[in-house]
Amino acid sequence: MSKTFEEDNKTLNIEIELLLEAIFKKYGYDFRDYGKAHIKRRVLHRLASSKLESISHLQHAILYDEEYFKLILKDFSINVTEMFRDPSFYKKLREEVIPLLKTYPFIKIWHAGCSTGEEVYSMAILLKEEGLLDRTQIYATDFNQNVLKTAKEGIYPIDKVKEYTHNYQKSGGIHSFSDYYTAKFESVILDNELKSNIVFADHNLVSDKVFAEVHLVICRNVLIYFNKSLQDKVLDLLEKSLIPGGYLALGSKESIRFSKSNKEFDTVDDKEKIYKKKLSIKKA
Amino acid sequence: MSYKAIVIGSSAGGLAALKELLSPLKKSFKIPIIIVQHISPQSDNYITTYLNNLCELKVKEADQRELIKKGHVYFATPNFHLLVEENYSFSLSTEDRVNYARPSIDVLFETASFAYGEKLIGIVLTGANHDGAKGLRIIKERGGLTIVQDPKEAEVDSMPLNAIKESKVDQVLKLKDIADFLNRLG
Ligand SMILES: C[S@@+](CC[C@H](N)C(=O)[O-])C[C@H]1O[C@@H](n2cnc3c(N)ncnc32)[C@H](O)[C@@H]1O
Repeated sequence: MSKTFEEDNKTLNIEIELLLEAIFKKYGYDFRDYGKAHIKRRVLHRLASSKLESISHLQHAILYDEEYFKLILKDFSINVTEMFRDPSFYKKLREEVIPLLKTYPFIKIWHAGCSTGEEVYSMAILLKEEGLLDRTQIYATDFNQNVLKTAKEGIYPIDKVKEYTHNYQKSGGIHSFSDYYTAKFESVILDNELKSNIVFADHNLVSDKVFAEVHLVICRNVLIYFNKSLQDKVLDLLEKSLIPGGYLALGSKESIRFSKSNKEFDTVDDKEKIYKKKLSIKKA
Repeated sequence: MSYKAIVIGSSAGGLAALKELLSPLKKSFKIPIIIVQHISPQSDNYITTYLNNLCELKVKEADQRELIKKGHVYFATPNFHLLVEENYSFSLSTEDRVNYARPSIDVLFETASFAYGEKLIGIVLTGANHDGAKGLRIIKERGGLTIVQDPKEAEVDSMPLNAIKESKVDQVLKLKDIADFLNRLG
């Protein structure tokens, strides 16, 4: 019995590899270097909820029906996010990074993998409280158009507000969280002022180029879905998007420590994963 | 059979149960142990610190992309799913809760069983929901060994009972007997 499991599993892995190849060739989205266990889970999940017999059938469906592709794209992009996720991170940002950003006349910030925008608006609130919102340009990008649409609207379910208020307070917020939204039926609508300096755009970290030269890059909980080589490649892209002395912030379980980009950065805070690009970089 | 890994799922009442199960394991115990204990998303690392002080084995949180090593006990980080890669390393995910839980036992069990097949032992302990039942069934289907804590002994019996209902498990044992059994394996 176990022999057949091993055999079947090998075949399954081949089918998944071919599926990713097919998606790349047909649609240009490259998932070949995403974490394998994650991709496999999502593919099997999609297969189970379809009426299709095998991954090879799923591949056929995806190749001939763009709607199927959109489904699998949604499956692969994990969009879970929240406002002021990891409050201690925002606190650190406020204490350690904002004072230095204040020394620039004009500030650019890039949220890479912004999902439905909660992280971006958290940043806008922080900037407003620190008196920086007016002179900051925020770029917020993701490769999933669906989440970008939600992000642009800035409307979120009201039942999240309690948690977000709690996060906001723990993050060192100096006003009342309710100052920033209007409640309407089952939703809260974030203030337009927060949205005024944000540009939301489609950008794929795997295949697109450097996005802009910025003072701070926030890329949280995106790299965990990539394998080592893709993570290195994307970190290199993020590094190149920063001015010398610019800041990089990653998710709590991500680190530059074992990557090629490590030598380009100094650590600002190891726990909160905040790094500063060195001012002068000696080329090897 | 030489087993390559042990996965354990526990929920309500889990800390006491894990203490009883892990502290008798000898320093020479070779098989890596990977644990999902349901826990509040905000909690710090007190469980690993606490158990590391009590156990002869090295107890730690599983890091992103860390290679799974012998003689280690790994815990899933609060608020992240823990997945086992087929090259015997970990990866983390913030995907939605599964069975209301993140980390979820099923996610760990299912991915670990892809990696280890028949060389995996799955254990479900005390808890108040049904997480782990499906994962244990999958481990069994792929030739692995499955053990459930005796519901009569468990602080909360629904997780063991649900696991027993979902598939024909190999052994239903008290914690002490699970520890003895494991120690005999090496
Ligand atoms: C878990 S969310 C993180 C959201 C937010 N940064 C946070 O930490 O709360 C991951 C996001 O990364 C996006 N993503 C995944 N692969 C990407 C890629 N190749 N290019 C751009 N965005 C990507 C997904 O669409 C998803 O919205």
